[in-house]
Amino acid sequence: MRIPLSWLGEFVELPDNATPHDVMAELVKVGLEEEGAHGGDLSGPIVVGEVLEFVEEEQSNGKTIRWCQVRVAESGDEAVRGIVCGARNFFVGDKVVVTLPGATLPGGFQIAARKTYGHVSDGMIASSRELGLSDEHEGILRLSTIGLDPIVGTDAIELLGLAESAAEVNVTPDRGYCLSIRGIAREYSHATGSKFTDPKDLVALQAGTGFKLEISDSAPIHGVQGCQGFFVLGVDGIDAKAPVPGWMVNRLKLAGMRSISIAVDITNYVMLELGQPLHAYDAAKLDGGISVRRATSGEKLQTLDEKVRDLHSEDLLICDESGPIGLAGVMGGARTEVSDTTTSVLLEAAAFDPISIARSARRHKLPSEASKRFERGVDSEIGKFAAARAAQLLVELARGKLNGVGAEFKAESSPRVIELPLDYPTQLVGVEYSKDQVVNTLTQIGAVVEVSGSVAKVQVPSWRPDLTHKTDLVEEVARLIGYDQIPVRIPVAPPGTGLTPRQQFRRRTLSSLTGSGFVEVLNYPFLSSEQNSWFGKGKVVTLENAMQSEFSELRTSLLPGLVLAAARNLSRGTSDLAIIEEGSVFLGSSAEAVKELPVGNQRPTKEMLDSLNASIPEQPRHIAGLVLGDWISQAPGQKSIEAGYPQMVQAAESIAMAAGLTCEIRQASPEGFHPGRSAEVLINSVVVGFVGELDPALASANHLPRRVGAFELNLESIFAQAPEVLSAKELRIMPAATQDLSLLVEVSVSAADLAKVIAEGAGDLLEQVSLVDDYRGGNLPEGQKSLTFALKFRAADRTLTQAEATTARDGAVALANQRFGATQRV
Amino acid sequence: MSVELTPEAVSAALQEAVSLVQNSHDFATLKANKGLIVGESSALSQLNALIKNLPGDQKAEAGKLVGGARAQLNSAFAEKEAELEKVAAALALEAERVDITAAPKYLRSGARHPLSLLMDQIGDVFVGMGWEIADGPELENEWFNFDALNFHPDHPARAMQDTFFVSPVENHLLLRTHTSPVQVRSLLERKLPVYVLCPGRVFRTDELDATHTPVFHQVEGLAIDKGLTMADLRGTLEHFARVMFGPEAKIRLRPSFFPFTEPSAELDVWHPGAKGGARWVEWGGCGMVNPNVLLAAGIDPEVYSGFAFGMGIERTLMFRNGVSDMHDMVEADVRFSEQFGSVI
Repeated sequence: MRIPLSWLGEFVELPDNATPHDVMAELVKVGLEEEGAHGGDLSGPIVVGEVLEFVEEEQSNGKTIRWCQVRVAESGDEAVRGIVCGARNFFVGDKVVVTLPGATLPGGFQIAARKTYGHVSDGMIASSRELGLSDEHEGILRLSTIGLDPIVGTDAIELLGLAESAAEVNVTPDRGYCLSIRGIAREYSHATGSKFTDPKDLVALQAGTGFKLEISDSAPIHGVQGCQGFFVLGVDGIDAKAPVPGWMVNRLKLAGMRSISIAVDITNYVMLELGQPLHAYDAAKLDGGISVRRATSGEKLQTLDEKVRDLHSEDLLICDESGPIGLAGVMGGARTEVSDTTTSVLLEAAAFDPISIARSARRHKLPSEASKRFERGVDSEIGKFAAARAAQLLVELARGKLNGVGAEFKAESSPRVIELPLDYPTQLVGVEYSKDQVVNTLTQIGAVVEVSGSVAKVQVPSWRPDLTHKTDLVEEVARLIGYDQIPVRIPVAPPGTGLTPRQQFRRRTLSSLTGSGFVEVLNYPFLSSEQNSWFGKGKVVTLENAMQSEFSELRTSLLPGLVLAAARNLSRGTSDLAIIEEGSVFLGSSAEAVKELPVGNQRPTKEMLDSLNASIPEQPRHIAGLVLGDWISQAPGQKSIEAGYPQMVQAAESIAMAAGLTCEIRQASPEGFHPGRSAEVLINSVVVGFVGELDPALASANHLPRRVGAFELNLESIFAQAPEVLSAKELRIMPAATQDLSLLVEVSVSAADLAKVIAEGAGDLLEQVSLVDDYRGGNLPEGQKSLTFALKFRAADRTLTQAEATTARDGAVALANQRFGATQRV
Repeated sequence: MSVELTPEAVSAALQEAVSLVQNSHDFATLKANKGLIVGESSALSQLNALIKNLPGDQKAEAGKLVGGARAQLNSAFAEKEAELEKVAAALALEAERVDITAAPKYLRSGARHPLSLLMDQIGDVFVGMGWEIADGPELENEWFNFDALNFHPDHPARAMQDTFFVSPVENHLLLRTHTSPVQVRSLLERKLPVYVLCPGRVFRTDELDATHTPVFHQVEGLAIDKGLTMADLRGTLEHFARVMFGPEAKIRLRPSFFPFTEPSAELDVWHPGAKGGARWVEWGGCGMVNPNVLLAAGIDPEVYSGFAFGMGIERTLMFRNGVSDMHDMVEADVRFSEQFGSVI
């Protein structure tokens, strides 16, 4: 909401020379956040001049300028000035605005005598735009067009209100009454204690009779009648082409509205002043009386913006006997619009159900100044005052006459009364408010307060439909007395249990991976259908209104995001990369939707809560990683080590370890991975994810190198198996015996499987088995390989002899032979 | 050559041997000379051999003479040997000298994303006050995101221009627009009193620019207990602000409006370390939990009251750590995280 200061000053006392910033600094205290200052950035000398004569001169650039002689003072040496002007919409004898050397125009534009087009131009003849009065390029401002004929030399700043400035504040959606000068003036008075005069009290009420009104509602929304009040008043004999006075143009402009015509400007002006949207119909174009009703399907209306709207059965309409003439509270119709030739108008000031108007405005994508106010709540008692005020202005400024025609409809209603225990504000805010403070504050906002015992009955003012509950009254007390009065106290929570084991697991996982070289990234979860299928997908969740329609699926895997992130990093010159992401993936489900939601202000039944929860698709948190380039860079004495599947296997192992588990790697060919360099990760035989390298075709399609390591694990599946407490094994401290064992097997036998069999065959004495060599070719039989393991044996109670170790090893060889046909190579 | 066992001869032999010791300038020479100095053929050894031929009454005196000289020589030898061993060891170490500034890198150092790190850090502040951390789904049912939080079915925030809805819309599923549904879940699931912090990812249909992103992070706090007031809210926020921005930090509340709180306030923090000097910075929103929200969880607002607050993590990171463009936080450029490492 923009507030021209002089307008505000009509209804509340402002300090002399108050600036927009001064005013905003006060308003913020009562909850109107400052948005900025407008206007006021202009200074003189700016005066009225008369064009005495001009010569048109064609320039070499093809442009024609006028070399003008302009009288800017009644007498004196510099009374007549030579001025160069590019515009050609004025005539000899016109009174115009002249900005003289030394003046400053909006935007910091300084005026000086300067040489141009072969003359010294001693000032400038100004357009409305240059003076900040309009955004339109309509040439030089001719004062006669706005009904002015001042004497030459008159200060134009004063004449046109050019020095006027405005403050702009943000109005929260609960406080519709602050979308008016009236409401802001009241709040300014609350913030400062300055005297407030209600502009409503300055209006002489007018009423007419005989106009036919018919108000009905066949389809109220939530049982609320669409039209709560309707007031019309007729004015005859207006001059629709009467100039709009400069001060009104200027205030409208500062308030953010464009001047259109005297009748329209007056309705807008009164709306800004009192907060009541008004509409003016050309009475001659109205066919009979007016009815307010819901639209029937198939009905159409051409609105003021010339668009034909298909109406919905929930739209509330204003109609005459020929059909719709307006979408209630949103926009008028074209058929009954006022024009240059209008002489008789019917003013309408209505009260509508906020929800009905909000839905219509949204449905037709027509957020108007009127709908904005109706949605947020308009004072239910202000309508007839606003109509009278507009009529009075039409009389004053457009030579209109009240014609006695009019009508009023008002739905029955009684003011809202809220019971407020007088100690409740203190209970909720923590400030010791006295009974008087509570009563006085509520009285100040316009409520009628009646105290009986320890409870106040508070009748809320008609302009505050937002006050519906006693906590709303507490906020009024707290904000008017000041939030700065609130003391500081730190509540003591009951003993907490710290992070949950699941939360600790997440942190350990991230610390462990970042501690070994991975960089955490966070990607958007939006993917295209194609990207989302790179690693296979089942059912997906699709957005109805994605920001880019191509990326409307929610990720079912974290890896596509990492692939895209890797490509972005490579394009920025990073060549070695190790990234991880921890986050949700979204699995489409066939879960039963809940079509009819429970109400908001009571606890749903257990069954309903269960259904609500069951309607939500599964979204496990995953962790994924991607590596490429060098894992270890080349350095003196060090060859580079390429990143690939090995780091991925280890990453998986360290994640399992962060949950107190160990994992198993089983060769596999998951979708999107390299078929020969990838594996499933299992914990207790449950597949929890995949590790390996990307399918080189996928890597290359995304401009990644051929070797890209990747993994993705489901953290929920891992954590579900995590032990609560690990129990310790006793350490064996007797000397160990070590032996190497080389086994000849088919190349298809995995080292992990062989190691498992060795452990099983060697029995309890085997403490550790590690693969130290994988030899192929040479003199080995075709299709065979030789795997060498280092074995470490240890007994709990004695020093082991080599003979005992050898026996255990032979057990391992025997079992490996039995299972895989392995033979010992000596 | 015949040698006579005389004191002069012993003295001369000792002197000769000692000078041999002293003229051995490295460990190898000393070792090579060892035979000449203390071996069987050394002068002193030969003199020693003569003792057995002496008459019995002279043996003791001669033995003392030669023994004394040998002891002197042995000690000189041992001393020299130790000295030269040290030199040799030092030379061996010197031969192993490297340029340590050219060390190859075997350990890699990664980095947490500053947003996730900042959320953890904020979590720790509240865990330290006895609060617990609550999580919830990012893809929510509309009831938890709006209805239960006193958003009327016609509230503008429920319109498509602000919220990501899942197809088909009549299933009432959406990407949560704030972490407040976690508050609702906490009230539904936990025993009172409740003191929880809800950090997490949220979604709104804002175009990505320097200060907006459609996917961002929030942290919200909720305390419901008997007798809680706005003073408790203010105290909690002030403590939090000091931990985040230093002991000089303080907070300011300005009246505002949110459907789920009443009274409501905007929250500014006095940021002593702000770029360009200490100033007030808009930080978040807060207020006393609206009775309708308590009713949605089946809690009697006449018995319990409480407060809630929330702030954007991106925004906090921006003004706390001087990040000037939101793009850096969402583009997954590793250089952004790497500059922070594991410290925020």
